[in-house]
Amino acid sequence: MNSAATWPHETPDADLPLVVRGVTKHFKRRGRAQSSSGRRRVHRAVQSVSFTVQPGEIYGVIGANGSGKSTLIRILSTLILPDQGEVLVFGRDALRDPASVRPLLNRVSADPSFFRAMSALENLLFYGRAYGMAGPAVRRRSAELLARLGLEREATEPMTELSRGQQQKVAVARAFLSSPRLLLLDEPTTGLDPRSKRTVQRFIDDARRDGVAVLLTTHDMDEAELLCDRLAFLAGGRIVAEGTSAELRAQVAGTDRRPDQVDLEDVFMAYTGRSIEEDEEEDQPVEVGQHDPI
Amino acid sequence: MTRSEELVRRRAPRRVALGWAFFERQTNLWKRYWAWELVWILYGLVNTLAITFIAKQAEHGGLVRPAAVPRLTLFLLIGTLTWAYLSAVLDDMSLVITWERWEGTIEHTFMTPVSRTVHLVGMSVFGVVHAVVRTAVIMACALPFFDVRFAQVNWLEVALVVAVGSVSLVGLGILTGILPMLYPERGVQMSFMVQALVLLVSGVYYGVDVLPGWLQAASHLSPATFMLRGLRAAMLGGASLGGQLRTLAILAVFGLVMVPGSLVVFSAAERWAKRTGRLKRQG
Ligand SMILES: Nc1ncnc2c1ncn2[C@@H]1O[C@H](COP(=O)(O)OP(=O)(O)OP(=O)(O)O)[C@@H](O)[C@H]1O
Ligand SMILES: [Mg+2]
Repeated sequence: MNSAATWPHETPDADLPLVVRGVTKHFKRRGRAQSSSGRRRVHRAVQSVSFTVQPGEIYGVIGANGSGKSTLIRILSTLILPDQGEVLVFGRDALRDPASVRPLLNRVSADPSFFRAMSALENLLFYGRAYGMAGPAVRRRSAELLARLGLEREATEPMTELSRGQQQKVAVARAFLSSPRLLLLDEPTTGLDPRSKRTVQRFIDDARRDGVAVLLTTHDMDEAELLCDRLAFLAGGRIVAEGTSAELRAQVAGTDRRPDQVDLEDVFMAYTGRSIEEDEEEDQPVEVGQHDPI
Repeated sequence: MTRSEELVRRRAPRRVALGWAFFERQTNLWKRYWAWELVWILYGLVNTLAITFIAKQAEHGGLVRPAAVPRLTLFLLIGTLTWAYLSAVLDDMSLVITWERWEGTIEHTFMTPVSRTVHLVGMSVFGVVHAVVRTAVIMACALPFFDVRFAQVNWLEVALVVAVGSVSLVGLGILTGILPMLYPERGVQMSFMVQALVLLVSGVYYGVDVLPGWLQAASHLSPATFMLRGLRAAMLGGASLGGQLRTLAILAVFGLVMVPGSLVVFSAAERWAKRTGRLKRQG
């Protein structure tokens, strides 16, 4: 491959959309820090997480509230730097060379956030251009995406006039606009009505068919069952189980139940049931000044 | 053509297009918030009038000879308009982080493939154009109130001082824009503090020579001091070409140091925010 020379961090993983190795992120809790004793409250949001997403695969990340899903997605989106670990997007080092991976990915965040006084089209125009698209191409594709999402009439209204679900759909349009090769979807269908939910699920499914790799978090077990090729369950920032839905159900069913007697909700209960307290907070010595500005 | 030249050639138009994304976005926002623009123009106008009427009071109260009044008027006008211009640029730049935090868009903007330099240059170009337009409108509205004479003004020098001085203002703006990234709660107030200090030390409504020695020393750190010096020399007359060139050179050095310097500090602050999870507070 000729272009290989331009990517200094290219490795043999170049065909894999996403390789995550040993990613760990601790946050220093704010508030009354126990600095007198040199100890600070440290919160372990993500701990030694490793997994791989294949081309055309939808990889689900499931976990209780606060289990670290969004933090993980932020790390993969080059928005949070982990303390340890490695993230490779098509073989490029997302941590050391974020600029090289940004054109390849896009994301739906859990809360749809836009320039609220601007219209959906104006917002999409900005984000499309920021991904290097030309104005006419952005307008054409935005109109197409919004039409598929049933938002033709709302396209020129200020975002404040749209309902939360409608804004969520514009957020989906924004993520698909740049034709990313790796999609990071943080609860993309939360708050959508059943029809819109299905439309968005079809978007995701179509993307997979085009070879796009998808990382999806959801609290909807039916959606996980429907869309995800493989699933990882997070608890306290750790992957506690990974596999296809059938494999995970079989594991939870054990010997006394048939796998089809178990659904993903049972799997969820089984794997994420451990005491939150035990993972959540812990006093840990931290070098004073480690996180001071610059 | 070498490989790197070829890369630059291919990337230059792309950079302009990416920077344009920000200029266009700010223009669209500005259209939606036009009522705010009216408020700021009104505020700037009131400020300009309130200060410049001091010249009339000076005449009325016999503090200055009538013949000196137009000069005093112009002196004060230069101060208020420069201040309106400077705060317009700094305000726009200090919103780079604050505004997107408020909208919640900061993460989406920061994960786009636009380099921070292109992003900030796009915002700066908008900020400067915005400030020029706003200041021109304020000036046009204020002039009918006063007897000002422009015969001695060297407009070319005025344009040069504003153009070269703006580069360093942008650097200062990027620096103050960093504060809200480091201190989500207090950052905006801290930007205002910086503006207030610049107002004091730069001699906006007086020459810096009236300041006590230690403040005069501090005035050398502010590019606004030299912008005002250049503008006064260009507009009040009696400037030597050598003096103006010296002022322009100082402003150019400020720009050459402050813009790359502020970009480096901005990147460092961004990395720090990404390490501590403060780019966006929660969500
Ligand atoms: N920027 C941050 N600073 C400090 N702590 C953070 C930050 N971001 C996340 N955390 C903490 O990390 C933990 C994981 O949060 P995260 O948002 O990743 O959870 P989640 O799995 O996405 O939850 P939900 O299902 O509610 O969306 C939480 O306890 C949260 O308080
Ligand atoms: Mg979340």
